[in-house]
Amino acid sequence: MTSTRPTITPKGLLEGAVLLLPLLPGLIVYGLAFGAAAAHRGVSLTEAIALSGIVYAGAAQMVSLEVWRETWTPGSVLTVALITATVNARFVLMGASLQPWLRGTPPLTAGSWLFFLVDANWLIASRYREGGGRDFGVFLGAGLLSWVLWIAATIPGHMAGTLVTEPRRYALDLVMPIFFAAMAVPLWRGVKASGRPWAVAGAVALAASLVAPGYAFIVAGALAGALTAALTEPDLE
Amino acid sequence: MSEALPFGSLFAIAAMALATYLCRISGVVLMSRIRLTPRVQRGLSALPGSIVVATVLPIAVRTGPDAIGGVVAAILSMRIVKNELVALLVGLAVAAGIRAAAGL
Repeated sequence: MTSTRPTITPKGLLEGAVLLLPLLPGLIVYGLAFGAAAAHRGVSLTEAIALSGIVYAGAAQMVSLEVWRETWTPGSVLTVALITATVNARFVLMGASLQPWLRGTPPLTAGSWLFFLVDANWLIASRYREGGGRDFGVFLGAGLLSWVLWIAATIPGHMAGTLVTEPRRYALDLVMPIFFAAMAVPLWRGVKASGRPWAVAGAVALAASLVAPGYAFIVAGALAGALTAALTEPDLE
Repeated sequence: MSEALPFGSLFAIAAMALATYLCRISGVVLMSRIRLTPRVQRGLSALPGSIVVATVLPIAVRTGPDAIGGVVAAILSMRIVKNELVALLVGLAVAAGIRAAAGL
């Protein structure tokens, strides 16, 4: 079942785009905020568009602004690349979880699809697949729409830096964790299957967040959870 | 390592793009070299839930009562109405409400 090649249909693309709709306000505000913050740090409009278009990773783009500078040395370029890799290390695990779905896809094709991997479409696609779906268009549809809007929101954000004056007031900085929490509900497969991995993932992530800098806690917790599931023998019933 | 690069920001953007893209594909490349035994299968299928929990819990705890309230409200509304948009809106409203009430 998992070895059949994934298909992409217009219907799947559309479904992915529709499933992304609840996240659009948050995505657009985040994009505006990035554009505004970039302008504030002296990043030109072209550079901001390039960041959104070819890096396409909100958290990493925001963090990179902290170390942004006017003149770059090989050392500072390396530093920003390493920071980016740390913030995006969770994509490694997200990709790993998608791999069984992608079996049989030519590497170049899979490689081009994966450019669009972000939190939102990974989560939407994982949930869709958990429900028995097989159309990889859902992943791409959500990824493409969010990519276009992410770039589109960066531009007005950069041009009018004060467009979003108080995103915090409407808790818009919490869109991603709150959406993740809601999506945890359909991913829960009962105490027997999910109980132990989730408990371990949460405990390890929480402990790691206290001692390790940055976003390493996501990777530490998620790996611990997956390992727990792998090492636990399923009850034979 | 201290000489300024011409068009330095281009290098920075390219390096960030490369680092990100490598993160995006390396999980798939890595797993394609591993046989999908039942054990690996179990680990992979527990990965989405584990990533979600490992992301949400520390962020909520680190942020405070506003985020914790929003997260709990979102989970409860998702269980009751089974609609992502409703759950997101309720979660945001509760978080914003706690912020306003507590002056956070």
